[in-house]
Amino acid sequence: MKLKMKWILLTMVITISTVLTGCEPLLVLDPKGPQAKTQADDIMLSIWLMLGIVIVVLAILVFVLLKYRASNQPKDYEPPHIEGSPIVEAICIGIPIIIVIFLSIVSVKSNYEVEATPAGYEDQEPLVIYASSSNWKWHFSYPEENIETVNYLYIPADRAIEFKLYSYGPITSFWIPQLGGQKYAMSDMVTTLHLAADAPGEFSGRNANFSGAGFAENTFEVTAMTPADYLDWVEEVHETAPALTEDKFEELLEPGHLGRSTYTGTHLEFAPAPEHDHGSTDNNTNESEHEQHNEHESHDSDEHSEHTNH
Amino acid sequence: MDFFDRFAVPHPSFLIYASMVGIGLTMLAIVVGITYFKKWGYLWREWITTVDHKRIGIMYLLSALLMLFRGGVDAVMMRYQLSMPENTFLDSQHYNEVFSTHGVVMILFMAMPFIIFFFNYLVPLQIGARDVAFPRLNALSFWLFFMGMGLFNISFIVGGSPDAGWTSYFPLAGNEFSTSVGTNYYMIAIQIAGIGTLMTGINFITTILKMRAPGMKLMKMPMFTWSAFIANVIIVFAFPVLTVLLAMGTMDRLFGTNFFTTDNGGMDMLWANLFWVWGHPEVYILILPAFGLYSEIISTFARRNLYGYKSMVASMVVISLLSFFVWAHHFFTMGQGPLANSIFSITTMAIAVPTGVKIFNWLFTLWKGKIEFTTPMLYSMLFIPLFTLGGVTGVMLAMSAADYQYHNTMFLVAHFHNVIIPGVVYAMLAGLTFYWPKIFGFMLNEKLGKWTAWLLSVGFVLAFIPMYITGLDGQARRMYTYSESTGFSAMNMVSFIGAAIMAIAFVLLVYNIYYSIRYSPRNIGSDPWDARSLEWATHTPVPEYNFAITPQVESTQPFWDSKKNGHQLFKGDIEKIHMPNNSGLPFIMSCIFFVFGFAMIFSIWPLAIITLIGILGCLAYRSFEKDHGRYISVEEIKETETRLRGAKK
Repeated sequence: MKLKMKWILLTMVITISTVLTGCEPLLVLDPKGPQAKTQADDIMLSIWLMLGIVIVVLAILVFVLLKYRASNQPKDYEPPHIEGSPIVEAICIGIPIIIVIFLSIVSVKSNYEVEATPAGYEDQEPLVIYASSSNWKWHFSYPEENIETVNYLYIPADRAIEFKLYSYGPITSFWIPQLGGQKYAMSDMVTTLHLAADAPGEFSGRNANFSGAGFAENTFEVTAMTPADYLDWVEEVHETAPALTEDKFEELLEPGHLGRSTYTGTHLEFAPAPEHDHGSTDNNTNESEHEQHNEHESHDSDEHSEHTNH
Repeated sequence: MDFFDRFAVPHPSFLIYASMVGIGLTMLAIVVGITYFKKWGYLWREWITTVDHKRIGIMYLLSALLMLFRGGVDAVMMRYQLSMPENTFLDSQHYNEVFSTHGVVMILFMAMPFIIFFFNYLVPLQIGARDVAFPRLNALSFWLFFMGMGLFNISFIVGGSPDAGWTSYFPLAGNEFSTSVGTNYYMIAIQIAGIGTLMTGINFITTILKMRAPGMKLMKMPMFTWSAFIANVIIVFAFPVLTVLLAMGTMDRLFGTNFFTTDNGGMDMLWANLFWVWGHPEVYILILPAFGLYSEIISTFARRNLYGYKSMVASMVVISLLSFFVWAHHFFTMGQGPLANSIFSITTMAIAVPTGVKIFNWLFTLWKGKIEFTTPMLYSMLFIPLFTLGGVTGVMLAMSAADYQYHNTMFLVAHFHNVIIPGVVYAMLAGLTFYWPKIFGFMLNEKLGKWTAWLLSVGFVLAFIPMYITGLDGQARRMYTYSESTGFSAMNMVSFIGAAIMAIAFVLLVYNIYYSIRYSPRNIGSDPWDARSLEWATHTPVPEYNFAITPQVESTQPFWDSKKNGHQLFKGDIEKIHMPNNSGLPFIMSCIFFVFGFAMIFSIWPLAIITLIGILGCLAYRSFEKDHGRYISVEEIKETETRLRGAKK
């Protein structure tokens, strides 16, 4: 029986490790950028550590079940009354605390890493790209290049990218698994996601947060290319792509699925991002927020007076 | 025509029409059956108007089993849809409705009534009380829950089901993006059921604090009662948040307020925050009583006292406190920044410590025991490794930087099913098997029971372990389909096979009930498992007054001590017993609530106002009603006692 358990465990470990590190690696565990690398390392570290815990618990369980099963004991055996011992309890609390402290340190360190310009790319100015979602598309605005694309993303490899995320509608989540984890795009604020691709390549990206009927197909393609190729592409777009007008943008926002398209100019010019995020020191935005608050208050008091009238 | 159009299902299909016919025929059959067998009077006198905690408990149990079936069918439909790429069994809209209702039904209308069934049936018996503190309120709790459940379940044949996920995040759930009445059902039905749950919380806190048998100090309560107490405290703190949240959502949808809208100053992340301020404690409301049941079962079948009683209690208290400080881990990806994420990451991982203490205490309870593998024990022993797996993946998810990759993927889906199924569902089935003889007077078949437990576990592993893998491979949750090229299909097929095996296990459970009703022996006495706490000290079936004489308690396992150590449980003579009267008011008031809810959902204002007045009228009537209860005479008690003692030995 014990031997059998060992075999089961061994097969489990082997299966898990082949699946996780096998010939066709899982997307998240096949990172192509520094952020995804940090996350994949954390994931693998925690998987091994946690696997250890599961095996220990399983081993203790199997041991006590085999040793203390009724059929393994004399008929007249009366189990003793044991209240619990402070030393044993201290060990049961102590070891998990040590593990949690260790993981907390790893976690906090990684938090600051993924929320900053990717390691190794701090020396250059990051490329800012606004990624906004509408039902069920992604609009990518390149303010520096004055370009806008729909449902596809060209980025230079070897350069930090700072995505500014927001949404025209439901909460969505911008996710390119091989470059790094996701972040929400919401309608009333802008969130920032730092990514970078180490080498040229093709990646799939999607909205990961459920956003209604067309959610499943809410995907986009990412191409990372050499900086030279990227500059060529920018130039080509400026020569060939039509200008993005306000009417055209309104049309693009209509719910549905679209293929790829490319424009010169960005919608940020006539429809700026909702950048009144909290903690911003911009005077204008604070004022507009304040106005909204006032509106709210007056609205509330209206309701109040209605109430008292009743 | 406009008026009637609203009641039509916006997106009908053959399946929906078929279930309409099915539901109609079933209802008809029930009504005809009851009339034919002339059971209306019996039903009204003995069940609908009852205030007996045991009968209310059984009604909770029936509701939970019914909803387990409904949520289970939803689950199998989803797994089948995803078993093949580009499957056309369900379209996007139907899939969205199915997963939204699956979540709500399983958490709020299956797991909740299941644990409340155990609260109701067990807590008064375990503390040696005659009933709960407020029996009439208890009936109202049940009927409000029942009406909320009914309202939610008619949604898919009248007007359309909610389709914004069980979390119902705004602005997706707002009028702008969810135009059908589905989300109105969500807001109103859960609100009505939630009011019932809140009352349950108040009722049981009072019961446990005020009605314990003499000698039962707090630290001598059975572990399940402790877990029920803490869970009810969490209910009282967490459910008001849900009440307010649903009220805000209702106002946004029906009265044009802008709490969560995309413009006019609405904040979409406000819903997510408030939802999880309730939602995270909610999962501990479910899991703590499950832990309580496991403690009872493991201690009984290891034939030993529970190891580390004090640390078991302490760990539950710590878990309940921490449960209110972790809600943001449900959306690490909302962009709160590394500081907030780090804080919530650490508080979340900290929960692993008290949970680990519980696991080790169960293992040490087995230590030096004399372990018998009965069906409830088998569930508990399968629970420990499977739940540990779910727990450690929870720790993985708590690492917020890595969570950016897990969030919204099948990895997360695998994790929470991995804690809720072995954690809660196994506990419910183990507890049901364990207490079945106490409730119904015969045992469930052990052989069939063990087959069920094993099949369920094999199905569970096949259904959910593949999701961890596809999650890491980038499969987002809530996708109604995927393309061949993603490579998700093999794992999803395995998952469907697992779900099918779980479905077979549930069929086997139902067959076991049928089989045991027919063939199980009835002469099993009142303590068939050789158990330890007070609920086994009274007769089977339990008389309506529970204990003829209030028991005396000196330890955490008084019944065991009375069997083995000569402790005298029942001292003194039988006296007349004061019991509450039955009342139809809770049922009537809840029916009015049902109509009120329906009127609100469809914005039929005159009806809403009339029914609201009706509800207030019921409250007023109750306030002025004089009802001092009744006494059961000493002769009647003696007669019952002799009869019950005679029947069982």
